[in-house]
Amino acid sequence: MEWREELRKRAKRALTRPSPYGLDVDLGTFEWKGHDEEGERRLSELPAPILERAKVMGIDVEERKVSGTYLQLDLSVLRAHVIKKFEEQGVIVTSIEEALKRFGWVKEYYWKAVPVDLDKYTAVTELHGSHGYFIYVPPGIKVKDPIQACLFIHRKGTTQAVHNIIVVDEGAELNLLTACSTLPVKSLHIGVSEFYVKRNAKLTFTMVHYWAPTTYVRPRAVAIVEEGGVFVNYYVHLAPVRSLQMFPTAHLIGPDSQAYLTSILLATRGAHLDVGGRITFKGPGSRGEVISRSVVKDEAYAVLRGELIGENVSKGHLDCKGLLLSPKAKGEAIPVLKSSTELAELTHEAALGRISREELEYLLSKGFTEDEATSLIVRGFLEVGVERLPPALRSYVINVLDAAARYAKG
Amino acid sequence: MRGMLFEVRGLKVLVENVTVIRNVSFSIRRGEIHLLMGPNGAGKSTLLRALMGLSSYKVVRGEIFLEGKPIKDLKPYERAMLGIALAHQNPPKIKVRANYLLERLFKKYHDDDRGSCYLEELVNDFDVSHLLNRELYSGFSGGEVKRFELLTVVLQRPKVCLLDEPDSGVDVDSIRRLAGVISKLAEAGAAILLVTHTGYITRYLEHVDKLHVMMSGELVYSGDVSILPKLLEIGYRAITKWAG
Repeated sequence: MEWREELRKRAKRALTRPSPYGLDVDLGTFEWKGHDEEGERRLSELPAPILERAKVMGIDVEERKVSGTYLQLDLSVLRAHVIKKFEEQGVIVTSIEEALKRFGWVKEYYWKAVPVDLDKYTAVTELHGSHGYFIYVPPGIKVKDPIQACLFIHRKGTTQAVHNIIVVDEGAELNLLTACSTLPVKSLHIGVSEFYVKRNAKLTFTMVHYWAPTTYVRPRAVAIVEEGGVFVNYYVHLAPVRSLQMFPTAHLIGPDSQAYLTSILLATRGAHLDVGGRITFKGPGSRGEVISRSVVKDEAYAVLRGELIGENVSKGHLDCKGLLLSPKAKGEAIPVLKSSTELAELTHEAALGRISREELEYLLSKGFTEDEATSLIVRGFLEVGVERLPPALRSYVINVLDAAARYAKG
Repeated sequence: MRGMLFEVRGLKVLVENVTVIRNVSFSIRRGEIHLLMGPNGAGKSTLLRALMGLSSYKVVRGEIFLEGKPIKDLKPYERAMLGIALAHQNPPKIKVRANYLLERLFKKYHDDDRGSCYLEELVNDFDVSHLLNRELYSGFSGGEVKRFELLTVVLQRPKVCLLDEPDSGVDVDSIRRLAGVISKLAEAGAAILLVTHTGYITRYLEHVDKLHVMMSGELVYSGDVSILPKLLEIGYRAITKWAG
């Protein structure tokens, strides 16, 4: 495959290119093993600790209410399944390598939204990565019960670099739920995700991360949204991590396309988070929002970015708020608005602060204990963007937010 | 003082080591509405907050009784759970959805004996349904703040209501509505201590049982409410002389 060789050449040249954001990760300290043995396994057959974790994250381990499941443990794809009805309608859930083998057209989407040589993390994913999922929804098909994708790490020293591609064809709809987690072992997770939302299609992508204080995480996600398409990205970061850097981007290329990127971040212990959301408004009438809510505690450091780039008649809003819960916690909010036309209407608000004595006393006077009051404020603070989620994902996210408020409290 | 629901005896309160309330005593029976009036800075809000047990208000002398039991050493949330509710004069903005607080309050103070339609009814009665998805008290009008704050008090199913100027900055229609709620609370057996500046709200209350006038941290008058028109006419300093 000549085209693949070409990509790999570009990747090799980018292997030492750092990301402009976040802490640098020395990729040389991790082992790159390629693929493990394959073998079909159900979620419920996962090793007990991982299974428990999956349940905490709200994964439907019995697969009762989902339209499909992709499961990858360390470097093995254990399950890629879609329910019969959707399989017959042409919905595809498979590993990326399998998709490239089976369907010639998949290469049209491969490294087309995210450049392979963006930085060393994308480069290493192409050169030494291991799977990732490919999901395709044909025109007009609406997958409401979510497809769930689980990417778990349980072996020490695992470097899980996955490449995911999601294509939602014209007028189609997909609710996708991704859960990524690791047991407390030193590990690295890179997740490249390329989203293609075609004309009048809708993709709701909910991602929940539950890492360990020893994990480095570098997701790379870009969505391309065509005319009338809607991309909803809802991200929750629940547990400690060593460092996390991501700057998911939506390019609204079609007229009247929309994107809503929400991040709910819990930065605890010694974590370093550098998380943002970016939307480029290229299509006339495009609109979107980047929203983030971060709770920073212990000695964690959180950089909260947001960027709106107006290139056409469009409307965008950036709303980025951080709550610092301990004296050593640090936050930095960096909202950026860029416009190359007077027709783009871009606004932003950003705030960092702590819970004031006044707020706390008010709630104490209403009958809440200090613990309850803190958790109420944190929980309320985090609840944002939920109304944009379809009912099938909303209750799921509300449970995750409850868990987040509990973790925030300690 | 048998039959008293709420009693304050010889209360002295410090704020940042300065005496703000000195030797205040009064008591309220079940279902009674008492007015607390006085010039700005007299200590009315301080008294209410001290009765609620907020941490900046140190009770250094005296006692507070609820149904005969001393509560001076209880924390604010313990007092709240026993049935004391404070409607704050200027509640702070809080970064949570208004509805979220209502739901949590409802859960806290109601077993399953009343469905969530009760909460819905209350929300409609107080005309705050349009505020539910907003951040608490952020961008609320004066009237909206007062209605919402009184709604939180009602949700607490209080035995004692400490209402700090629920009628300030509120239009006539809203005052009438708030007065209706306060009368109902009293009817249900609550003891009401109502701080008001204009006394205008009394026109719409079903009854007012006593008036307390506070000046420089002391109650200088506790008695019949019939002196209210005279008070409003001649002012606090003159009324203390006039009433002897």
